[in-house]
Amino acid sequence: MTQTATTFRRMKDLPSTHLLGTGTPMCAGCGGLEALHQIYDVLGEKTVFVNAAGCMTLLSVYPFTPFRGSWLYTAMASAPAGAQGIRDALDILREKKGLPPEEDLEVVVLTGDGAAYGMGLSATSGAMERDLDFIYICYDNEGYGNTGQQYSGATPHAARTATSKGAHGFAGYKKDLFSIWAAHRPTYVATVIGAEPLDLARKIETARDLEGPRLIIALAPCPTGWDYDPRESVAIGKLAVRTGVWPLKEYRDGRIQHTRVPRERVPVEEYLKKQGRFAHLFEPERDETLLQELQAKVDAYWDSVEVQGG
Amino acid sequence: MSRTLLTGNGAAAWGARLAQVDYIPAFPITPQTEIIETLAQWIDTERMDSRLVTLESEHSMITAAGGAAATGVRVFSATSSQGLLYAMEMLYTVAGWRTPFVLVNVSRGLAAPITLEADHNDVMAARDCGFLQLHCANCQEVLDNTLIAYRLAEDERVRLPVIVNLDGFYLSFTREPVVIPAAEQAAAFVGPFNPSSIHFRASAPESQAVAVLGGAPYSYFRYELHLAAQNALPVYDEISAEFRTRFGRDYPAVDSYCAGDAELVFVMLGSFATKARAAVDRLREAGWAIGLVQPRLLRPFPEQPLQQLLAGKRGVAVIDQNLSMGKGGVLHTELAAALYGHPDAPPVLASFIGGLGGRDISDEEFFEIARVLQAAVDTGQTPPPRLLYTQDELMEIRKLQAIAHVERKELGGTA
Ligand SMILES: Cc1ncc(C[n+]2csc(CCOP(=O)(O)OP(=O)(O)O)c2C)c(N)n1
Ligand code: SF4
Repeated sequence: MTQTATTFRRMKDLPSTHLLGTGTPMCAGCGGLEALHQIYDVLGEKTVFVNAAGCMTLLSVYPFTPFRGSWLYTAMASAPAGAQGIRDALDILREKKGLPPEEDLEVVVLTGDGAAYGMGLSATSGAMERDLDFIYICYDNEGYGNTGQQYSGATPHAARTATSKGAHGFAGYKKDLFSIWAAHRPTYVATVIGAEPLDLARKIETARDLEGPRLIIALAPCPTGWDYDPRESVAIGKLAVRTGVWPLKEYRDGRIQHTRVPRERVPVEEYLKKQGRFAHLFEPERDETLLQELQAKVDAYWDSVEVQGG
Repeated sequence: MSRTLLTGNGAAAWGARLAQVDYIPAFPITPQTEIIETLAQWIDTERMDSRLVTLESEHSMITAAGGAAATGVRVFSATSSQGLLYAMEMLYTVAGWRTPFVLVNVSRGLAAPITLEADHNDVMAARDCGFLQLHCANCQEVLDNTLIAYRLAEDERVRLPVIVNLDGFYLSFTREPVVIPAAEQAAAFVGPFNPSSIHFRASAPESQAVAVLGGAPYSYFRYELHLAAQNALPVYDEISAEFRTRFGRDYPAVDSYCAGDAELVFVMLGSFATKARAAVDRLREAGWAIGLVQPRLLRPFPEQPLQQLLAGKRGVAVIDQNLSMGKGGVLHTELAAALYGHPDAPPVLASFIGGLGGRDISDEEFFEIARVLQAAVDTGQTPPPRLLYTQDELMEIRKLQAIAHVERKELGGTA
């Protein structure tokens, strides 16, 4: 696969002017907002963000918005369909009504994991099936954050959420949305995280310069839902990558490539023990079985990556 | 102008074609499919310059319709029954966006039990969402109402989506002679869509449909929506008057038949009102001073014309083709609210439920309704709501139940 030339070679290449306004009602240390800031700097204001119900819905509260470009709030399940309507209408305006190309917009869906992994999955699948020219940004805080962090299809095994408070936390396993999306063979799928800004900027740049369905999952450390001090967000984000819990990768032209392969993986428990939602794995006593299971899952993932040579 | 045999579905498709719609988000459901199939074929054969996209659900279809209308193109869509309900969240949402577009609903009864045939529970469920509602009694009205609906939806004083309702099977699949207006005449009437402030474009960033905090801003925007819907009543009168001038067909907000000198009146919506009309003829032959009042608009609710048309009547029978479980007929309730306290309001306002799931209402039943109504007038006692059902129908269902009973026994179940 040929690597597209990137304008982002090192940290100092990252945009120094920031486009998204401040003073939003997101929590301090919100990893989703951190990622969105960086994404917006690359995508810019010639965009219309189509939002599904979630924390980010409160970015635009009448009469304020942090976006310099446009915004449409839809509903929890159907932001990709809203993007379909807007994209089709912009195409029609350009083809039939003389809308000049410089008036065109990039249509960007912005949803949480609850919408992306669950309720909105059919709408996303449909949009990919129709080869919709759009970007999908999922900020994945691994639960229904806006409603108080109940478990969602993105919640990791053993995490304590508002609806999995038992001794072993959440019994289910995080759904592999990356693979589900990639199975549709869209133009581009990538995972990112705000704590790795260079990797993120390159991927958003890649997505921006392509056409068709381009989908991004940003792991979004969430102090409120994951129960940690907001100042730890970046550290936790970095650990998610260094432990191998959050593989940074991209799908393009039928191939998956890992953009960071942590050579020496930090033990998963370093990531877990920083978060209150996993505290029951350590207190009152270590849950060795569960900790080993979680480590084994991550190891198995990376073993399979090595076998595939990704 | 030409007169052609068209089904109600065909007429709806012609309405969309003559309104020169730009965009058609679609999803199939019986009995609506002929509409989108016809439009798709016209687009494929370049008889229509439009884009049709099949979404993966009606929820998405209405989201896409709203998104496109909010971007500034003319949108048409169509659904029915389960589809309308599946889209319900978005019906409220896109009405709140104040996006003007037209949605044809081909009325069909709701599950359970699942059926394909007509009644109005689907469209009544959408009563409060902010879509205006035009109800059609024949195929010509389907075409004409679609044109009128675009004018109404896009009017600066209204800016709301409109549902044009036609009854499944009775209209959707029934061929009637329909006058198809010449394309230029229709275009001159509907005019181009002027989205003015409705758009998404790079040079004019816009935040649409943002959240509000607190009841005061929420109430403000909801009141605005309601007032816009109410504006639609005088605006409708203007538009239908212009339609009459241009095309010679008259569509008052509330239609009536032999109501002027009538003492008793049937009130009905949609295609079944034509059955009531025929029954009025026969009842008149038999000496009854009876007439029909038929609202064409359901939202906004045309209270004033209804009050006027029914003033001084001795008895009114509202025949609802819907059933609000635990209450009764929706139109009956609405009419009662509109008439209550008016000095000339009819003293008897009786409720009948009929035509659910396509069940016919026969002439004899209209006669029976008239007799019940007359008795109520004579005694001054309004009867309890009646669920129309005949002895024969009851016998039929008893037979089916007996068969079900035997089948269950044969399969080894407990009787
Ligand atoms: C149809 C529907 N069901 C439920 C809700 C309530 N709701 C609002 S936000 C939300 C959580 C969304 O979760 P996610 O997509 O993960 O975004 P987050 O809140 O974490 O930002 C829910 C369940 C809703 N708005 N709409
Ligand atoms: S709950 Fe989590 S995702 Fe939501 S705003 Fe707060 S930190 Fe961000």
